Amino acid sequence: MSAVTSPMTTTVASPDKSPEHHYLNHSSGFLSWALTLDHKRIGMMYLAGILFSFFLGGVFALAIRIHLWNPNLDPEAAWLSNATYNRVFTLHGAIMVFLFIIPSVPAALGNFLLPIMLGTKDVAFPRLNLGSFYLWVTGLLFFTYTLFSSGIDTGWTFYTPYSIESKSAVEAATLGVFILGFSSIFTGLNFIVTINTMRPPGMTWFKMPLFLWAVYATSIIQVLATPVLGITVLLLALERFIGIGIFDPALNGDPVTFQHFFWFYSHPAVYIMILPAMGIISELMSVHSHKGIFGYRMIAYSSIAIALFGFLVWGHHMFTSGMADVTTIVFSALTFTVSIPSAIKVFNWLGTMYQGTVALNTPMIYALAFIFLFTIGGLTGLFLGALSTDMHLHDTYFVVAHFHYVMMGGTLVAFLGGLFHWWPKMTGKMFNDTAGILSAAIVFVGFNLTFLPQFVLGTRGMPRRYASYVREFQQLHQLSTIGAMTLGLGLLVAGLVLLHSLFYGKKAPMNPWGGATLEWECSSPPPHDNFSSPPTVGDPYDFTSVEYDGKTGSYFKKKK
Amino acid sequence: MNSLILADISEGFWFPPAASTFAKQVDFLYYAILWISIIFFIPIVIAMIYFMVKYRQRPGYKGSPEALHNTPLEITWTVVPSFIAIWIFWEGAVGYLDMAIIPDDTVDVAVYAAKWNWNFKYKENGAESPILYLPIDKDIKLTMQSKDVLHSFFIPAFRAKRDVVPGRYHYLWFHPTREGVFDLFCTEYCGDNHSTMITKVQVLSDEKYKAKLAELVKEPEDIVERGKWLYERKACKGCHYAGTEGAKGPGPSYNGSWGKKVPLANGTEVTFDENYVKTSILNPMEAARKGYETASAMPSYKGQLKDEQIDALIAFIRSLESGPARPK
Repeated sequence: MSAVTSPMTTTVASPDKSPEHHYLNHSSGFLSWALTLDHKRIGMMYLAGILFSFFLGGVFALAIRIHLWNPNLDPEAAWLSNATYNRVFTLHGAIMVFLFIIPSVPAALGNFLLPIMLGTKDVAFPRLNLGSFYLWVTGLLFFTYTLFSSGIDTGWTFYTPYSIESKSAVEAATLGVFILGFSSIFTGLNFIVTINTMRPPGMTWFKMPLFLWAVYATSIIQVLATPVLGITVLLLALERFIGIGIFDPALNGDPVTFQHFFWFYSHPAVYIMILPAMGIISELMSVHSHKGIFGYRMIAYSSIAIALFGFLVWGHHMFTSGMADVTTIVFSALTFTVSIPSAIKVFNWLGTMYQGTVALNTPMIYALAFIFLFTIGGLTGLFLGALSTDMHLHDTYFVVAHFHYVMMGGTLVAFLGGLFHWWPKMTGKMFNDTAGILSAAIVFVGFNLTFLPQFVLGTRGMPRRYASYVREFQQLHQLSTIGAMTLGLGLLVAGLVLLHSLFYGKKAPMNPWGGATLEWECSSPPPHDNFSSPPTVGDPYDFTSVEYDGKTGSYFKKKK
Repeated sequence: MNSLILADISEGFWFPPAASTFAKQVDFLYYAILWISIIFFIPIVIAMIYFMVKYRQRPGYKGSPEALHNTPLEITWTVVPSFIAIWIFWEGAVGYLDMAIIPDDTVDVAVYAAKWNWNFKYKENGAESPILYLPIDKDIKLTMQSKDVLHSFFIPAFRAKRDVVPGRYHYLWFHPTREGVFDLFCTEYCGDNHSTMITKVQVLSDEKYKAKLAELVKEPEDIVERGKWLYERKACKGCHYAGTEGAKGPGPSYNGSWGKKVPLANGTEVTFDENYVKTSILNPMEAARKGYETASAMPSYKGQLKDEQIDALIAFIRSLESGPARPK
């Protein structure tokens, strides 16, 4: 062990001479994975499942875009029938939100990294952690069932009363969401306890890596908000089974109540999706600029601020739903409070590059793409938070473009950046950097080509969730479809680069990028127990003593 | 109808034509936020690219590893955006209050939203129409209700939108300023044919509007024409296609079915005749057709149609006997 963790030693064990012991070869066989309590293996299993879900959701996304190449004014001639199209866009949304984005960063990267960044062996409750994973798999099975039965055609928001009368498999989908909710709650709970109780001596709150701050803030939201989603979908299922009359206007229920319940979870869920992505970007900007993060405390506080404000703004999804005027105006005012901490983060990330040593490698290019795309996503939120403009833009393609800039341009791009950044740590293999940068460039171009035209579609009045459209929108839709194909190609290249590295990649050194957080102080891939002895904790953004060693291709911390 | 489809193509890059008094404020605020966004975005991107080039890792260059921190700068970039955000909020809220507060002395129209069509009933003389006709330069008040699920009433050219919620009345007002034909969309997802729940709004001069209303109030004399007239206004058209339109609707098509045996969901067959049509209108699920099990259930029209109206509908459907029969 010590020979590997101390890069000062010039004779670092080379892999072909002495086979290295790490978590991947610690034990073998199907059960050693299926029943593992190792957070790293659980993280890798999540990663595989999440990438599969992303692929599935992506196929539906491409189906949507191909269908919308034509205006489909004659339903006979359309590629998909209206009913099929509705199932396709619903599954795209539901899979991407519940199975991909929400668990993507916390459950996959978070599981792998959180204990290592804390210098511990595992999370606080390893069995609960495995339980979360199997709940996630069960949720996936429910969605798969939905897919192969009558589909689901309510939109991922399950708005009543349509979801009450829909003849598609609403029960299976809502039960799937209910189960996935528990997976999310348990993961959040596990992370909160781990961070609160298992930080190593010396790691005070303000010596925690910002990724952990972001995951911590996310976990708080998961634990507090997800139960509301659980009860909402349960009430919806009861409404369908026995007609309890809460949401159904025919039984004196109120459909708008459902929207309040739903968005009380689903707006904070937006921050479940974006906060961990922001955490990744904080790490990436700092490590690849080889420079301490600008305004550490502001970034940490803004994560918490976003988590708290995020609970108070759900009403902005309902500006046209007929809430009282005062309520509507208050929600608009509160909405603008979330914009400020997000803006602060963008400025801080740029400040981090200033006077640094910026390595333009794949993870950094993804991080820079994130800043570009997320800034557009954030700024276009201003149009939707302001009431009078929202009256025009609500439920149009402007909204679609806005949240894709935040969720996909933001979270997905950050997730990819993080994946490339920690890939050497997770798999022990280096990828082809040039090909990785190429993938980032194609994703960037394809993404903008897909979603910039959608802003214009929205202001011109193209409503969401339409299987057909009036002819004047066709050119913009076709641009968007071409963009989506490009984007798909970019993601395919990214996938191939990673796949290629598994088989042909060079062995990854301990610290290929020059990070100062603890995960870079164990070998790549990490051993089963992460650290043989508790590592010394320093400032996670102190790069003054991090130096490059040309012989091992690894950075190391110079002893002071 | 077809001649109207291309009537309101956007004149500028961003917006459809401005045809109500709301447009001025909405468009002003939109462009204001657009410029604020550009003024923020361009420097961010320039700084990013400049730093990428200037501080890029390269032989012979080593930047500072020290973390920076600059309190005055951080306070500036927190406080300045906050004031801008407050201004945007304020402008948005002021514009919203204009939209929310309904003036007195309005021209009143009742809006009935149902899967998947719009029907408009004019208070002045009780006329109904599937296209919304409005007089220019008057305050219009819509009283909207939904028969089934959520819908949302949206006229892009008016910059006006409001959800239509079953079990409640929702109101919307606006003041058209320009004659012409504009799109009217449903923007709240409402099931299978959500995307066909579109119609037109036509803004007319005062005389033409009055003449139109007088014309609309007359049900056609001819029984087949009257059936068609009802078909377009009573939400049949949203699901059951007739005439030249496709047969792949959420409900069975009327084309070429008259007199033939049709299969039912319960496994039996029934002859498509007067009794079958009447049953289907009054107790739709009693004679539900095979192959439509996953389609939305049709609501009963019991109490909503007079006997002679049902007769007219039967006559209309019968007139499609030799219509273009398209296999499902």
